[in-house]
Amino acid sequence: MSAVVENHDHHDDHHHGPKKGIMRWLKTTNHKDIGTLYLWFAFAAFLLGGAFAMGIRAELFEPGLQLMDPIRYNQLVTMHGLIMIFGGVMPAFVGLANWLIPLQIGAPDMAMPRMNNLSFWLLPVAFAILLSTAFMEGGLPGFGWTFYAPLSTNYPNVAYFVFAIHIMGASSIMGSINVIVTIMNMRAPGMTLMKMPLFVWSWLITAYLLIAVMPVLAGAVTMLLMDAYFGTSFFDAAGGGDPVLFQHVFWFFGHPEVYIMILPAFGITSHIISTFSRKPLFGHSSMVYAMVSIAVLSFVVWAHHMFTVGMPLVAELFFMWATMLIAIPTGVKVFNWCATIFKGSITYETPMLFAIAFVVLFTIGGFSGLMLAITPADFQYHDTYFVVAHFHYVLVPGSVFSIMAAVYYWLPKWTGNMYDEKMGKLHFWLSFIGVNITFFPQHFVGLAGMPRRYADYALQFAEWNAVSSVGAFLFGLSQLLFLYIVVKTVFAGKKATPQVWDGADGLEWTVDSPAPYHTFDVPPKVK
Amino acid sequence: MKNKLWALILYPLSFFMSADWLDINMPVGVTDISREVFGLHMTIFFVVVAIGVVVFGVLFWSMWKYRRSNNKKPATFTENHTVEILWTIVPTLILIAMAVPASITLKKIYDHEAEEGGIDIQVVGWQWKWQYKYLDEQVGNKPLSFFSNLTTPPDQYEFNRVEKNENYLLEVDEPVVIPVDTPVRFLITSNDVIHSWYMSDFAVKQDAIPGFINVAKTKVNVPGIYRGNCTELCGERHAYMPIVVKAVTQEEYQEWLQSKRDLAEQIAYLTEKEWTSDELLATGEEIYETRCAACHQTNGAGIAGFYPALAGSDVVMNDKAKQIEILMEGIRGSQMQSFAEQLNEVEMASVITFTRLAWGNEKSGDGEIVIPKDIVDYKETNL
Repeated sequence: MSAVVENHDHHDDHHHGPKKGIMRWLKTTNHKDIGTLYLWFAFAAFLLGGAFAMGIRAELFEPGLQLMDPIRYNQLVTMHGLIMIFGGVMPAFVGLANWLIPLQIGAPDMAMPRMNNLSFWLLPVAFAILLSTAFMEGGLPGFGWTFYAPLSTNYPNVAYFVFAIHIMGASSIMGSINVIVTIMNMRAPGMTLMKMPLFVWSWLITAYLLIAVMPVLAGAVTMLLMDAYFGTSFFDAAGGGDPVLFQHVFWFFGHPEVYIMILPAFGITSHIISTFSRKPLFGHSSMVYAMVSIAVLSFVVWAHHMFTVGMPLVAELFFMWATMLIAIPTGVKVFNWCATIFKGSITYETPMLFAIAFVVLFTIGGFSGLMLAITPADFQYHDTYFVVAHFHYVLVPGSVFSIMAAVYYWLPKWTGNMYDEKMGKLHFWLSFIGVNITFFPQHFVGLAGMPRRYADYALQFAEWNAVSSVGAFLFGLSQLLFLYIVVKTVFAGKKATPQVWDGADGLEWTVDSPAPYHTFDVPPKVK
Repeated sequence: MKNKLWALILYPLSFFMSADWLDINMPVGVTDISREVFGLHMTIFFVVVAIGVVVFGVLFWSMWKYRRSNNKKPATFTENHTVEILWTIVPTLILIAMAVPASITLKKIYDHEAEEGGIDIQVVGWQWKWQYKYLDEQVGNKPLSFFSNLTTPPDQYEFNRVEKNENYLLEVDEPVVIPVDTPVRFLITSNDVIHSWYMSDFAVKQDAIPGFINVAKTKVNVPGIYRGNCTELCGERHAYMPIVVKAVTQEEYQEWLQSKRDLAEQIAYLTEKEWTSDELLATGEEIYETRCAACHQTNGAGIAGFYPALAGSDVVMNDKAKQIEILMEGIRGSQMQSFAEQLNEVEMASVITFTRLAWGNEKSGDGEIVIPKDIVDYKETNL
């Protein structure tokens, strides 16, 4: 293969490097630049959303209102959710997709580089619109990230929220089209679908989910906009509308959305566990089938978010059973990871620590998810802190840990420098301890009956809330360490080899570290 | 010295051993259904713990046994159909074993039929209070109805100036009273946005949705006072609309019903009495604090963008008729509700009078007061 590359040496004048200055980033069509932009955007959102979470936990440190009125509290809760989901986790995965999909399938870039640029730059626009409401009378949206009608229809500044969601949706759909077209058309010769790395597979499925459900979300916000400003009554019972319809439409988007935020994490974890166990993944094809099953099932379980809206018995039974089914493919994935570790030759670098923490803590989140699926018990759990504990377990030590694992794992490939292993491990342990102190006690207060989205609460919940707040600040502050480690690695560090990790396998490890600005101008051959 | 040492050890221990630290599980509750739900919850809990012990046990053991320093040569095996079939079938069987009892309990919960000797109570969620209507009990010519408002004073939550009482944020002016060992159907709906009526001790949580009536049937076995919350984000004061249910014996229930009827007669009498502005002001200020100040604020300034100011408002200063109409009818499409059912004639007149005289409105406006008779007249002409 190297001989082939040398033949093209006279084309070197075409191999221009990046432009200089700000215009490089504004006008770039390079998948690596756009990946970097996405990742930094996601990190900024993670810090901002995290700051909002710190505000929430500070207010909940003890009963009573200390720092803010309940309007402000609701705004923090809402913005924390919106920023973390649409600004943090999703863009981080898109950033990883941009960096890694072309490298992993041996393609020179994404299929539609200019659209790629547009999908990224729509995001800051959408968030500027959303956050601009902070400076208006009535302020930020405060109806929860789920914006249930009719609470949201009568809320100030809802139009800004609606347009921001529309733009984010457009950005996601364009990104997904790009991912699908790239994967379907630009794989290196010999890379059949079943030979595709699991991260690529996970993103292929995720992209289809996004294309399927983002328009549904757009429909929901549009109907909301019509109700709020054009006198329609889609969700207004007084006008013959149906407030429950809103929830059906929203969760038809919302449930696939939660898998959009976890499927790429499955892909990442599979790579990392296999690399550091120095052993091929136990079941490559069964992992693919499991992800496809999860994706398909995600379309028929949405109403388990709405067990208490008063659906008929048959609907409750159907959604309970369908939801329980998801445990089977998810179990297959967890067993697969365990079987990969079994009889490996394992070392515990930072990415591996995050990946194993992902497996364990995501599984705990899965357990509470299984409990929530049991409808009669859900009548007790629903909308309490038990739910908050559940989805934070699958999202923070789930999705977020996998993103951190990915950053540590591929950072040497991106920057050419090794990160500081000691600092990385410190970051891991602080995050691991912080996340558990924050979210484990929330199971307790939830079971004891503390409702979610409460600015203030009864005295019996005081102790565990104080513990949770302490953990949240530990976790939040530890992320500044992450920022420090990453920035330091970008500028300095031990030089990384192309292979980086001795157990790593895949096309991205065949190119130099840092990966050259243009890679795979000539497609590699895959056996 | 020795004692002090013990105290040093025991003090933090006592902190950890206090009852609140152990308040970490679902209440068993006081109905047959709640006990069944609790049993279901514990069963699933132990099942997932058992699965966790096995899976994490294998994982942690492998992590230890096959660390690099202990195992230089990794195995290379992939795929094993026997194992893969096994780890698909076994979870499926466990899931079926969990789904069967869950479905049976769910079917019981969904028995919404009215029963002989049972009572029906309509529950209406309002921003941010609950209304209870006893559909079978007449007072005058209407069903018995009242509102249940939070009584924890703002001094305890907003300013944290005074010590919080035991039932902080879980106390109301009028609890809903039900007889024990009697099937009670709560017919739950809402007047504005979606709320949710959550009473953990009964294992009842049903959303209160405008335009829908959701049914939750319960039969409480143990007399007592039970406290719950609203569990669907309903705006600013979502955390401030608790639920209190008082379960009493059949005799006590009948006595309570009688006392409600007596009270209604008393109010009818009071509306006919002559009122001075001082008398109205005294009750008016109190009502303003509990019913109006949450939105319009104690100083009448409202919150810009959400709730209009009453201090200096043209309607409040100069348009008595319009103000009565707003309080009686509410303003459609806004969060201003109708208070026609929430306040009796005396309370209504008092609170309107208070707003017309407070915050300098008396000097800048017409300074006219509203008497209970005005409200009675309004009801006769408009309702």
